[in-house]
Amino acid sequence: MIRTPLRPLARILHARATGANPDEIERENIRLRGEATRDSARVQAATRLVVMALAFGLAFSTVGVRMAMLAAAEPAEPSLNGAETQILAQRADIVDRKGRVLATNLVTHALYAQPPIMVDPVTTAEKLVQIFPDLDRERLIRDFSGGRKFVWLKKKISPEQMQAVHDIGDPGLLFGPREMRLYPNGALAAHVLGGARFGQEGVSSAEIVGVAGIEKQRDQWLADPANQGAPLQLSLDLTLQSAVEEVLAGGMKLMNAKGASAILLEVETGEVLAMASLPDFDPNDRPAPLTKGDQSDSPLFNRAVQGVYELGSTFKIFAAIQAMELGLANPETMIDSASPMRYGKHRIRDFHNYGKQLSLTDVIVKSSNVGTARIVQMIGPERQKDFLETLGFLEPTGLELVEAGAGKPILPQKWSEISAMTIGYGHGLSASPMHLAAAYATIANGGKRVIPTLIHGGPKQGGQQVMSPAAARRALAMMRAVVTRGTASFGEVPGYQVAGKTGTADKAKPTGGYYDDKVIATFAAAFPVTDPKYVLVLSLDEPVETSGGEPRRTAGWTAVPVAAEVIRRVAPLLGLRPEPGPTELEGITLVRN
Amino acid sequence: MKIFVYLTIGLTVMGLAFWAYHVNYDTQDRQAELRELQREIASLREGLGVLRAEWAYQNRPDRLRELVNLNFMALQLLPMAPEQFGSATQVAYPQPVLELNAPIDVVATGVEEEGAE
Repeated sequence: MIRTPLRPLARILHARATGANPDEIERENIRLRGEATRDSARVQAATRLVVMALAFGLAFSTVGVRMAMLAAAEPAEPSLNGAETQILAQRADIVDRKGRVLATNLVTHALYAQPPIMVDPVTTAEKLVQIFPDLDRERLIRDFSGGRKFVWLKKKISPEQMQAVHDIGDPGLLFGPREMRLYPNGALAAHVLGGARFGQEGVSSAEIVGVAGIEKQRDQWLADPANQGAPLQLSLDLTLQSAVEEVLAGGMKLMNAKGASAILLEVETGEVLAMASLPDFDPNDRPAPLTKGDQSDSPLFNRAVQGVYELGSTFKIFAAIQAMELGLANPETMIDSASPMRYGKHRIRDFHNYGKQLSLTDVIVKSSNVGTARIVQMIGPERQKDFLETLGFLEPTGLELVEAGAGKPILPQKWSEISAMTIGYGHGLSASPMHLAAAYATIANGGKRVIPTLIHGGPKQGGQQVMSPAAARRALAMMRAVVTRGTASFGEVPGYQVAGKTGTADKAKPTGGYYDDKVIATFAAAFPVTDPKYVLVLSLDEPVETSGGEPRRTAGWTAVPVAAEVIRRVAPLLGLRPEPGPTELEGITLVRN
Repeated sequence: MKIFVYLTIGLTVMGLAFWAYHVNYDTQDRQAELRELQREIASLREGLGVLRAEWAYQNRPDRLRELVNLNFMALQLLPMAPEQFGSATQVAYPQPVLELNAPIDVVATGVEEEGAE
């Protein structure tokens, strides 16, 4: 800024020339300068006042608005949960097909300690040990008097124990609410349910996660709040399950078996009505898995789904069906059955020698290995493999249990003609009893593929037609003959026309080869044969029947009587009225040689 | 006239204010009641869960079987068996109720005339 000089030379000279007083010019200029300074100072002060007024105005209005809001709003404590939040029933119940509870939640408490606020750690520890004898006194004292701020003591305690802990009266002992998983039926259907444990744990809650069975398979669904407390409805029926387990346990004891499994399947829907595997366990108190030895000896092992076994002669019916389906044979076709049969360096023998020839029906009825091998020779390995694939024998069953994935069939490395022949009579291919049940249900369902499921009322199965209804019907007639005059004569239950096929498979040694005195005896049955509604597969692990002079291990003496008792108990519960069956099935003439 | 209009408006405003406050406090009461009910529902549901678990536990098949065996003398229950099915023809028709009050004519009519012949 150019300052105007107080005594501008031009004007001074001009004033001197005209005789005016040059000091007046200076005074005039000083006055003007003073006015300018005063004006700018006034403007500045005014601006400051406005800014101050705005700031105060804002501050007061903030306070005022806040006061108005406080005055207008209702007083309420801030709460974490919305009105609709439910802390209860985080995990859905599991019920059977009639709505009876198989798994539910129970409110309980966890016990923890905060040593810094504890009054008398030593006495408290002593009193705690009196309530919970499994706690270690020395360790508690060490935990309580050390530098720890937080100690979990018990994950679940009963109301009585909680009261006893309350009575100790130490402020350092605290409770956290918990929902625990409860299986009110104990060991019933243990392998299906599996079990649960606590996952992420906090003081105020803990999540429950499934560890096995359907609890693990459907873990996400069960924990999903979007279901709004709807239970998971299984296809199992509590009554049937209980009856099957009772009879199976008795049968296992009588037949001196070390394990047993049973599957009861509804043919039309593929729903599993009962599934048992013995020995079993209590899912409320799940035992630890074996750390050494054979996992299949653990009670946790689900023999019905996880265990893959060579299922023996129960496979023979598939060869017979395929032969009929391909037009290679009909039930009366005579098959060469001279035992032993030689194939290269292999010899195939029968249990007894059944003469030179047997009809196809009699090959099944008498369970001739040689006859079946001859039939498979006619069919050929490729066609046999394809047929077994359509029946589901080449992959896991897809049942809704985590263990089902482990039940992957063991197939021969090379599906040669000799392995095809042995597979024909059930050796060389290992599958789970559930595979067998599904395949037998397919036969009983008129040849429409049945896929087993544990969920009640699932989507309707549009089963693929695996075999012609006529072939399925003839196969059922053969299986009926197995019971009326064949290896499963103990399987006859008056009024229920059981049709079935026995299978006695030598157990494979882990080192290779087969045991002489250890078998797996299986009986796969469908009833009633005129309109098969249910399929039962029952198998016993290493059974010995010792009532006779020498020990008997064949399925006809071991698995079949147990299965017959199961059917006798279960059929009335299923609402099946005993019907006197037709003396002879339509279109079937019995052939004797 | 003007005074009357102002008075009416003033009274209306006061009335509306009273009504608004009333509704406000009513709503607050209802909300408190709702919260109370929800707490009650939650605790009842918890109790229901316990009762359902208890019911399932008391009715577990193992226990029922044991109880039936213990009380066989009184109950005489056996597992269901095929023999227990019957057919409708095995059920007897209900016996007609005999009316014994009415006098029965033991002597057939017309017997005397026949006997006299």
